[in-house]
Amino acid sequence: MAFGRKKKGRVIPEDELIVFENVTKTYQTGAPALNGVSLKVKKGEFVFIVGDSGSGKSTLIKLLLRELVPTEGEIYVNGVSLSKLRRRQVPKYRRNLGVVFQDFRLIKNWNVYENVAFAQRIVQTPNRLIKRNVPAILSIVGLASKYKAKPMQLSGGEQQRVAMARALINKPPILLCDEPTGNLDPKNSWEIMKLLEQINKRGTTVIVVTHNREIVNEMQKRVITMKKGVILNDEEKGGYIDED
Amino acid sequence: MRISSFFYTIKQGIKNIFRNAVFSLASIATIASCLLLFGVFYAIIANFQNIVKTAEEGVAVTVFFTEDVCEDDVRMKEIGDLISARSEVSKVVFVSADQAWEEFKVDYLGEYAEGFTENPLAGSANYQIYLRDISQQDSLVSYLQTMTGIREVNYSKVTADALSGVNNMVSYVSIGIIGILLAVSIFLISNTVMIGISIRKEEIGIMKYIGATDFFVRAPFVVECLIIGLIGAAIPLGIINVVYDKVLTLVTQRFEVLNSILRFLPIQTINKTLIPISLGIGAGIGLFGSIITVRKHLKV
Ligand SMILES: Nc1ncnc2c1ncn2[C@@H]1O[C@H](COP(=O)(O)OP(=O)(O)OP(=O)(O)O)[C@@H](O)[C@H]1O
Ligand SMILES: [Mg+2]
Repeated sequence: MAFGRKKKGRVIPEDELIVFENVTKTYQTGAPALNGVSLKVKKGEFVFIVGDSGSGKSTLIKLLLRELVPTEGEIYVNGVSLSKLRRRQVPKYRRNLGVVFQDFRLIKNWNVYENVAFAQRIVQTPNRLIKRNVPAILSIVGLASKYKAKPMQLSGGEQQRVAMARALINKPPILLCDEPTGNLDPKNSWEIMKLLEQINKRGTTVIVVTHNREIVNEMQKRVITMKKGVILNDEEKGGYIDED
Repeated sequence: MRISSFFYTIKQGIKNIFRNAVFSLASIATIASCLLLFGVFYAIIANFQNIVKTAEEGVAVTVFFTEDVCEDDVRMKEIGDLISARSEVSKVVFVSADQAWEEFKVDYLGEYAEGFTENPLAGSANYQIYLRDISQQDSLVSYLQTMTGIREVNYSKVTADALSGVNNMVSYVSIGIIGILLAVSIFLISNTVMIGISIRKEEIGIMKYIGATDFFVRAPFVVECLIIGLIGAAIPLGIINVVYDKVLTLVTQRFEVLNSILRFLPIQTINKTLIPISLGIGAGIGLFGSIITVRKHLKV
């Protein structure tokens, strides 16, 4: 899956996959959720985003998903300005992103197979390929035998793995995770993180919002710490910064 | 759209019908009653018009010539051509004095006719003029009365007025009722879609995160309503086909006196028009109702 790179205007270097330039997002009410944030994420990076509740982490993810547009500033993904995307182009743009949320967001009436297959149906993959790809990705996340189960019949960790399989099946260049382990016990959390690390090693750029101090400290990845809508700290091989 | 996406959309549409069963059934029922009424009206009107047409065909305006014209074949021919050229006229039949006498003999005299050696109806040559549409009789008659060479115009005013009057009334009433029912059907379909959207709000949100296009999210709703519309159309067609002959038998038994005038259409003739129109309206209600609702409430 490839982006069309921007042809005119500002040229973003090839390896700068995600660029925030002075991004401010203010909701109808209250102070800015993001306030003049600038950052760059290179192709193939693994980035943790940490920070207090309300510091603007989910807002940052929603901006990347193009669910929100910045009040000020610009966001470029693979050289394309998100604020210049037309409404009709948004679905196509989103297919470049895998997304995983704290609350899994699986479709309750569908079994595991259908939930994962759906991502491929959207991009009009022929059924014969879907039948091959879904079991393959399910066995990567360790759920091959549960393809018939409905989400309610699965544990939280299993549901999150279904969500990961769905996010990954189309091989998106970017994987966005907003508190993927927020509802999981330590063991499942580690398994999900190991999976994310594996995926990153295969070339996918991974951005993970998390509150899990232990994991952040252990994994020694880039850590961006947010506070009240600004970037407090941005460190290669960083750790979880305690405020209080 | 790829084949597999096409089948996927159809499958989702069908699943939606079952997930939203109560409203789907309500919509099917309304569309079915709407189209049942439509079918019944249509069958009645078609038969009625058939009867009217048969009656109209029997109703002719007859013109007799003045004496000088009766002797003059060329003038008669000229008058005949003028009449045939009128737009109201479907057919002009010339009846010579001899033919008139022959018919009269057969119809009224039978064997008593033998005493006549000369044609007592000399001078009764005439044109029988058949109309395209009985309601145009007045304008034709006033034209005929102004023509030179014509002695008398015979026509039946009462029949013409009665036939076209009833015909119009039946049409207006049925169009009115069908119009109201159509509006109700579209309203219900639209409600079904709205309920469906609210049931699936979360699901639709998830689909959009993953990158589903508007079309992909909306199409199953449209398919669902298209199927509802078609089922709603098929049910009354089935009912009418089962019941039609039975009703006709009943009517002919009840009103045996009328049997000579009542010429009913066979169900095949009714079906030829009713099936495509009913399916068309059913599909139309489904498509229209769902597309407007989905465009309004599913701004994905
Ligand atoms: N839809 C909204 N309307 C108004 N304000 C909002 C909205 N969403 C978020 N906010 C505000 O924006 C700020 C940042 O919220 P955000 O959800 O980005 O925080 P977060 O870092 O993800 O927090 P958490 O760790 O609790 O998930 C908060 O003050 C929040 O109240
Ligand atoms: Mg959050």
